Amino acid sequence: MNLEAEARGDLLVVRVQEERIDAASAIQFKDRMRELVAAPCPRVLLDLSRVTFLDSSGLGAVVSVMKLLGPDRRLELAALGPVVQKVFRLTRMDRVFTIHERVSDAL
Amino acid sequence: MPCDRGLSSRITLPSAPLAVREALASLVGSPVIRSLPQEDRLNAEILLAEVLNNCVEHAYGDGKGEIEVSLALRRGRLACEIVDRGRPMAGRTLPPRRDLRAGAAPPLAEGGFGWPIIRALARDLAYRNENGVNRLTFRLGPAEADCCP
Repeated sequence: MNLEAEARGDLLVVRVQEERIDAASAIQFKDRMRELVAAPCPRVLLDLSRVTFLDSSGLGAVVSVMKLLGPDRRLELAALGPVVQKVFRLTRMDRVFTIHERVSDAL
Repeated sequence: MPCDRGLSSRITLPSAPLAVREALASLVGSPVIRSLPQEDRLNAEILLAEVLNNCVEHAYGDGKGEIEVSLALRRGRLACEIVDRGRPMAGRTLPPRRDLRAGAAPPLAEGGFGWPIIRALARDLAYRNENGVNRLTFRLGPAEADCCP
């Protein structure tokens, strides 16, 4: 699971360099994210622009990352493709996360 | 099964997450799914992923087994049949509906998203367990169905 992290002020931008967050990769995604968010940062932004497919396991992994950030830190999402957007909408998770159209909107 | 233009596809895959990924790539590239409108193609991949992942995670668990996927066009809509020989669903029936409005409030659940997605995208869902065979059939719903509550 290739994830690239870059600190921009109080924001940690994590770019997912994979096309899929699915049942075959959800655990690796979660483990890698756990390492990256160990750095102190009040806001974490997940750049999903490269992700063309996400299933319910991938969604579960994103939710678990938000939970491991705890109550004082936020996980925000940016650049959701059509499938990712649809999965968030169908499960109503689009109401739980702050979702930005572009990464630049979150800066 | 009567098919429009004879379009149909059938594949067998071993029960494993990476095999599901490969099977989806093959199904999405099949003439039967390529003949659908763009929105239906996306919905078909999401729906088939959830159904196949359920077979891997629940029917077979960590065990080995095969999953058969049959797709056909019937009256312009995608008809699917998924067969496995793993454990039957609880109570030998489809799981109950879950109200996602409750799930969108804390504490958030990290799982249980699969069936709500399947129910939102599928029509005429039917499940049977007979002689050790699980058989799930459904049609891909109309694209506008995903805006339902």
